[in-house]
Amino acid sequence: MTGGRENVGIVIVSHSPLVARGAADMVRQMVGDSVPLAWCGGNPAGGLGTDTGAILKAIEEAWSEAGVAIFVDLGGAETNSEMAVEMVDKGRAGRIVICNAPIVEGAVIAAAEASGGASLAKVVATAQELSPT
Amino acid sequence: MIVISEPGNAHDCAAWMGRVIEACRDAIATEENRLCDLDRAIGDGDHGTNMRRGLEALASERQRLSAMPFAEAMIAAGTILVMNIGGAAGPLYGTLLLEIGKGLSIDGLEFPQVFQKAVTAVAQRGRSSPGDKTLLDVLYPLSDELTKHTHPQRLAGKVQGFADMTIEMKALRGRASFLGERSVGHMDPGAASCALLAATVCRELTEAGVA
Repeated sequence: MTGGRENVGIVIVSHSPLVARGAADMVRQMVGDSVPLAWCGGNPAGGLGTDTGAILKAIEEAWSEAGVAIFVDLGGAETNSEMAVEMVDKGRAGRIVICNAPIVEGAVIAAAEASGGASLAKVVATAQELSPT
Repeated sequence: MIVISEPGNAHDCAAWMGRVIEACRDAIATEENRLCDLDRAIGDGDHGTNMRRGLEALASERQRLSAMPFAEAMIAAGTILVMNIGGAAGPLYGTLLLEIGKGLSIDGLEFPQVFQKAVTAVAQRGRSSPGDKTLLDVLYPLSDELTKHTHPQRLAGKVQGFADMTIEMKALRGRASFLGERSVGHMDPGAASCALLAATVCRELTEAGVA
């Protein structure tokens, strides 16, 4: 990841490393290096699942002072992401949002918004417009 | 791992903690396939494997944990579970232990109160309530029994009954909820592992002569 450090960062968390990486590829195709981006997928043993430690590392990689939006697939990805956010230092935790949006579409649209310099709140709101209320 | 109270002096406590961790690891290892089968019926089939990985990680650190003050050990153990289970169960069991550790650090709180608060934190973490067919259906009644000061030996015999109650429930949280009515008729794997661990800890307490 390079450049765009001032823009909101995007983290993609899937149970599957292939899904996470694929979603990240789609984000890159859309916005290049203009937003900080990281992904993680799979449990600590390398199988399908999620890994709080890996999520923490991804947040670190995609960190931006403007904040980070996290996209998750199923339940455990969300619960482990919430746990990870709580383990991040307090000053940063308030600038991390787990989005209620589809993982692929949400991440791509959020990244497009972030690449234009939008605030974290705007990035999150745009992605969440995709979700049924 | 659900710990009922702190036994005896520091040395006894350390030895006891090591034994409990080993007993929990062994119990999960023995039941790994059953937990996976339960999870396969209504989820993704990895609950036994995930729990085993978490308990193995805990067991590999048992000496370090045993040397710590009890509350601190609970916090460290919770973090180990969060980092190693690798499913939704990680944050749920992790939160339980972390909150027990934090609660024990507050002066004047009795263990049943500490446990009750920790169970509430687990419910918040999972955004679930009792009756949703989750491990909370074991934790809440267990908490009630602790408040009533039920003897651990008696409790060890009761907890499986709490997990059995989830068979007829319809799942409202987690992947099992995608099955709707079809989740009825299967025991919740999280409730099953929770009952197993609670019974194991209760038996260890009984053997240590802690009421």
